[in-house]
Amino acid sequence: MLNVIWLLLLVSGIITAAYHGNIAVVTEAALGAAKGAVEVCFDLVGVMALWLGIMKIAEKAGLVESLAKIMKPLTVKLFPSVPPEHPAMGAIILNLSANMLGLGNAATPFGMKAMQELQKLNNNSKEASEAMCTFLALNTSCITLIPATIIGVRLSFGSANPVEIVGPCILATAFSMFVAVSLDYWFRKRRKQGRIR
Amino acid sequence: MLGEIMNIISTWAIPFLLLTIPVYGFIKKVPVYETFVEGAEEGFITAVKIIPFLVGMMVAISVFRASGAMEGLSNILNPVTAKLGAPSEILPLAIMRPLSGSGVLGMATELMRIYGPDSFIGRLASVMQGTTDTTFFVLTVYFGSVGIKKYKYSIITGLSADISGFIAALYICNLLYR
Repeated sequence: MLNVIWLLLLVSGIITAAYHGNIAVVTEAALGAAKGAVEVCFDLVGVMALWLGIMKIAEKAGLVESLAKIMKPLTVKLFPSVPPEHPAMGAIILNLSANMLGLGNAATPFGMKAMQELQKLNNNSKEASEAMCTFLALNTSCITLIPATIIGVRLSFGSANPVEIVGPCILATAFSMFVAVSLDYWFRKRRKQGRIR
Repeated sequence: MLGEIMNIISTWAIPFLLLTIPVYGFIKKVPVYETFVEGAEEGFITAVKIIPFLVGMMVAISVFRASGAMEGLSNILNPVTAKLGAPSEILPLAIMRPLSGSGVLGMATELMRIYGPDSFIGRLASVMQGTTDTTFFVLTVYFGSVGIKKYKYSIITGLSADISGFIAALYICNLLYR
């Protein structure tokens, strides 16, 4: 599916540009984006190193495990295939907490760590495991309690009440999270039934 | 008041973690510096590993956007979304939402500059920016970093979350701010 979407983005872009007689823009956009992608990764290197370093300390001190224990009642329902005290759980919880606090920079490293741990449980397969799909459903639809960036933008344009959007944001995300989690649950159920038959 | 509290939380969160985790580790007799470096090394490797996935995704998105294809798609979708109460100015933002985080932020900022942060469009753009994450960034980077090639149903789940987030944002904003 990703193959199709990727191809559609490229092909529709190039055809549109050609139709408008503006094909040069394709070259410029493609080369610029390729360079930009590497810059994004290099920006990420320092932050990743910092947070995974801190997380390693938390792990060895037993903090990640205690966090996983606290959240156990919820996580066993969402991730039945992951042992409740597995390091993956701690990383998942840290990732989601960082997302909720709007700390996007810290969330990505925790998320990668969670994926690496889940991949160990997945026997290094090339296919996503169910736990990974659930984790990403939660991650991409996660509630942000403090959307700091957008509050900052509103403030800079002189909004009378820059934080008024927080309530609506939480409501809208709660709805999308509900949809994502239910759909993920439905897919998991369907696959399981398919296997029995 | 609420704004101040949130400001305090978001400015204190990172210093708080940087203080408590190493101190707690030290109390638990963890060799904190060596452990930090050990973890940091993994961070470096992971960040380099995701480069090819990000290049692939960002090139396609950038071509799609710069060529005017995105505008074309938003013109096609406009009659449908107008019925849901979406101003046509907001549509490119909705299409961009699952594709690029920085793209959405740039568009939301631009809309607020033109229409003002307290206009209907400004508020709707703010809510959409604060709702859901960049599905394609998360999927390519997260799956890419561990070498997963088959994403199974997670694209459908992620995109459904984006669409329902957009519809919810529209509904709530129309209710509150119109």
